[in-house]
Amino acid sequence: MPGRAAGMCGMIALEKRPQPSRLWALATPLLAVLLTMIAGGLLFALLGKDPFAAIRTIFWDPLFDPQFSGYSRPQLLVKAGPLILIAIGLSFGFRAGVWNIGAEGQYIVGALSGAAVGLALYPYDGWIVFPAMVLAGLAGGIAWAMIPAILRAYFKTNEILVSLLLVYVAENLLASMAVGPLRNPEGGGFPGSRNLAQWSGSANPELIAGTGMHWGVVAAFIAVIAAYVLLARHMFGFHVRLAGQAPRAAGFAGVDPARLIILCLGISGGLAGLAGLFEVTGPAGQIGIDFNVGYGFTAIIVAFLGRLNPIGILLAGLLMALTYIGGELASFMLDIPMAAIQAFQGMLLFFLLAVDLLVNFRIRIKRREIAP
Amino acid sequence: MSSGADLLRVDGLTKAYPGVVANRDVTFGIKAGNVHALLGENGAGKSTLVKMIYGLVRPDAGRMQLAGLPHTPGDPRDARASGVGMVFQHFSLFDALDVGENIALGMENAPPRRALAKAIRDVSTAYGLPLDPGRRVGDLSAGERQRVEIVRCLLQEPRLLIMDEPTSVLTPQEARLLFGTLRKLRAEGVAILYISHKLEEIRALCDSATILRQGEVVGSCVPAETSVRAMAEMMVGDSLRAPRARPHAPGDVRLSVAGLSTRPVSPFGTALKDVTFEVRSGEILGIGGVAGNGQDELLASLSGEMRSASGHIRLEGRDIGRLGPNPRRALGLLAAPEERLGHAAAPDMSLTENGVLTAHDREGLTRRGMIDWRRARAFAEGVITRFDVRTPGPGTAARALSGGNLQKFVIGREILQRPELLVVNQPTWGVDASAAAAIRQALLDLASDGASVIVISQDLDELMEISDRFAALNEGRLSAPRETADLGTEEIGLMMGGAHGLAPA
Amino acid sequence: MNFGSIDPVLLIASLMVAATPIVLAALGELVVEKSGVLNLGVEGMMITGAICGFAVATETGSPLAGFAAAALGAMLLSLVFGLLTQVMLSNQVATGLALTLFGLGISALIGQDYIGVKPPRTQPIDFGGLGDLPLLGPVLFNHDWVVYLSLFMVFATGFFLNRTRAGLVLRACGENHDAAHAIGIKVVRIRLAAIAFGGACAGLGGAYLSLVRVPQWTEGMTAGAGWIALAIVVFGAWRAGGVLLGAYLFGGMTVLQLNLQAAGVALPVEYLSMSPYLITIAVLVVMSARRRTRLAAPAALGRVFHASS
Repeated sequence: MPGRAAGMCGMIALEKRPQPSRLWALATPLLAVLLTMIAGGLLFALLGKDPFAAIRTIFWDPLFDPQFSGYSRPQLLVKAGPLILIAIGLSFGFRAGVWNIGAEGQYIVGALSGAAVGLALYPYDGWIVFPAMVLAGLAGGIAWAMIPAILRAYFKTNEILVSLLLVYVAENLLASMAVGPLRNPEGGGFPGSRNLAQWSGSANPELIAGTGMHWGVVAAFIAVIAAYVLLARHMFGFHVRLAGQAPRAAGFAGVDPARLIILCLGISGGLAGLAGLFEVTGPAGQIGIDFNVGYGFTAIIVAFLGRLNPIGILLAGLLMALTYIGGELASFMLDIPMAAIQAFQGMLLFFLLAVDLLVNFRIRIKRREIAP
Repeated sequence: MSSGADLLRVDGLTKAYPGVVANRDVTFGIKAGNVHALLGENGAGKSTLVKMIYGLVRPDAGRMQLAGLPHTPGDPRDARASGVGMVFQHFSLFDALDVGENIALGMENAPPRRALAKAIRDVSTAYGLPLDPGRRVGDLSAGERQRVEIVRCLLQEPRLLIMDEPTSVLTPQEARLLFGTLRKLRAEGVAILYISHKLEEIRALCDSATILRQGEVVGSCVPAETSVRAMAEMMVGDSLRAPRARPHAPGDVRLSVAGLSTRPVSPFGTALKDVTFEVRSGEILGIGGVAGNGQDELLASLSGEMRSASGHIRLEGRDIGRLGPNPRRALGLLAAPEERLGHAAAPDMSLTENGVLTAHDREGLTRRGMIDWRRARAFAEGVITRFDVRTPGPGTAARALSGGNLQKFVIGREILQRPELLVVNQPTWGVDASAAAAIRQALLDLASDGASVIVISQDLDELMEISDRFAALNEGRLSAPRETADLGTEEIGLMMGGAHGLAPA
Repeated sequence: MNFGSIDPVLLIASLMVAATPIVLAALGELVVEKSGVLNLGVEGMMITGAICGFAVATETGSPLAGFAAAALGAMLLSLVFGLLTQVMLSNQVATGLALTLFGLGISALIGQDYIGVKPPRTQPIDFGGLGDLPLLGPVLFNHDWVVYLSLFMVFATGFFLNRTRAGLVLRACGENHDAAHAIGIKVVRIRLAAIAFGGACAGLGGAYLSLVRVPQWTEGMTAGAGWIALAIVVFGAWRAGGVLLGAYLFGGMTVLQLNLQAAGVALPVEYLSMSPYLITIAVLVVMSARRRTRLAAPAALGRVFHASS
């Protein structure tokens, strides 16, 4: 039935579609990207930059410019890996109405606990070291996510606020570890741990030269496939979707809400912890005060841009990685500040949420309100 | 003016929604000091029509006149300003606010708190509808909540009062009190537009009637001079088919509930208190009562959505109080809640997926947690065919179905799983007559085949028609079940608690 | 270590300053939530207010102009949220997050040229001799106008919500938007107004951080203050007085923790810095485990409203 969405646009009516539109579900992310490019171009023009050059530098040059692509292309997977891994985890909770927005904290704690295990074993460098670190990273992320999970499941505490506030706690923990227990004793008093990427026991190296592929990227691909199967075919995925769409129906179907909250936060915390571990042993190399760069927050955008669908998240993760690399290039070549890229990413989420309307509603222009 | 005598004159009113014409060229009039009935089945267009009169919906074409002047309310505020009041079937009340605040919200220029409280007391005593302005609305019974709505209207001194299915939430005694109030208003010259499908009460109360079918006026009559059967046939369009009678030979006790007490399912719900009853195989137990007296809690504690202490609920002698919904399904206890969209079915999911919702285990739709979508689809198709669900196919989203068709799907989904005991809440609410008849017949057939059925309903006629024994919920307590055949209206009313919130009658 | 260096009177005076940004932002969010909308973008609106206020105050030399610009800038940003959630019916949680992410980016962008700049000072109001009174002087009569504004706003918000018709209408939208619509209340308009008010308040709170409390501009300087404000609304059980109490308790914790750092407590700085967040979480748990708090939450909070009939 039609109704006026707001008094201010009485002539435009929103009409709920009987079924969500499949066409628009696919088209809206593309439309959002297009609109963001236009609005971003305007933003760059306001900053006094050539908008076309800026858009080309961000979206085209990292992949195809002969001068830069050699460096940039592998970076695509390096940056997309953690984004995809974290976003896949978040997508379960977001579908079920469990809002973990503290993946950044779980990412940090995963890296810390993994690194701690590795450094405790140093200098032993048997094959067991890296798997042990991976398990510790996973456990660390899960443990950090269990705090909001248990508080939500048993005390009805808002998990949005708790998970987010724990990011600040994790950042302080990271700082204290970097200058305290995990500091490199041979580092001359500077904050920061030993370099884990340069020590054979803990290194997470590039697996195929020139591709940027490391164990974290492999884990991300496995997560995409596993998530796809779980959501499309398994009862767990069915219950996740059900709980998000119709919580009472989920209760009727026998879904235990506490168990679902703990599972969803556990999955997202675990994958974020893994992402942190693979980062600290590979691209980042060490625990430092500025180890975290906001993957946990950007992954929220990735999850939504990918419509909480594993394949969509894969593509969205690559796109968002591209804006990071292109942003760096734009800041280097055109002197566009990195902050503009952050605003650009935020804008993308805005546009996506705005055009999402088209999936569930039809927009009708009414010719007349009252017949004469 | 040709319609000088009418207070409200509706002329050629038309309103179309995509795919459905809710009202086509509707014309009728109401005189001051008259109670006029608007009769029709669910979906006949009664609600849309009164919403246009009350300014909630704008007509596509047609005219309205109130006391000879054009009536074109842009919103309910305009309608109220011109003297039109409306009491909704689903009350537009705010649980967390008190009676005074609720009433102030509905008034354009509400007097200060204290003066308003006095006005509320005065009006409510004058019309026999006692009400305390300081009480929180969430704590009131359905009948008291209706009084809030009525008093809110009366404080505006309306010329035309619209009542949408007012007795659906009342016990027979409470309904009688309401009729007294309405007759008093009529004597004062207020015109009342009375929407209902209960034909007996229309004959007792209304001076004239307009009958709607599929959005069009199909006739009018003077109810006191027209038989119930004639009115029913005008409403439905053809003669009604009564459900087949059934030999009643109850077997062994299948479910026994003893001393069951629960907490409420929602902040303003009603806790069950010491509920005790038995159901035998082959028997239909009808549970009546005004909405909000523990129906949701009873369904939830039987379906397993709400666990209870062990020892209070036994299925074939086995203690099931601590079991969740799925283990109970495995034992043959299936349920269909009242709220179709969002509780019994997920609105945005397909019928196939909604089949998996309750049937995955009993119908073998999963193997080691993996869903067999082909079998799930076949199951949904089976329900669609067996229960004549009108839909393009099992891939359709549940919310795209009409209320009646979705209800047939929800009930059919449980019946096809061959329950030992089926619990349904409001099985035919908002469903058109033919679909309602089909659903009742299916429940009767199920019992004939030896299953036990518990029907929770607010439709007393329905319960009298299909149940073998009857009990009523009142403020969370269940009366002792009685043979339906032995019961009269007065006794049923007393089982339902007589007149809620009044001194004992 | 020297606890003697912590003067309780100065502690109270400085906790009022520390709490003021949170009081303002949380009052704004209180009104938004009472209308039934959950805006998780407080952090983004605060930081946008912080930079808008800082930039305008530095350029014009007038802190007052800065605060006005902060309120306006954050209000504009909040109306983006309003447009998306109320007109385009987007999910409020996701949109609020987008608002925060966007606010952090855009503020960093505007703020590039202001790093290291000193803003014009906001002076305490001169109450003559009153400011020199022992005990009462520093606590009550030695603050800038924003502190008094925030206290007045606590009173005004409480009065508006509980004692005026407009406040009643706003609460009605937050309890049951369908019923509100049915009796002719313009739900969307009222919610947009509430969202704009919440944005302006968050902007003022952010500007107080950059212009008075710190006072300078650094990226991400709100450091979770917006999230704390959201938690304080729950802590205050959706009452203006409760918000004031919660914010002052939190301000007290922050100031005490800073004082302990200064006093050289034998605990790493990082653990002292994380303590306000941990205590906020602990308080949230205690409050939300109580049934009464849960009942106080507006019933329609966060639900999408589409007038469908």
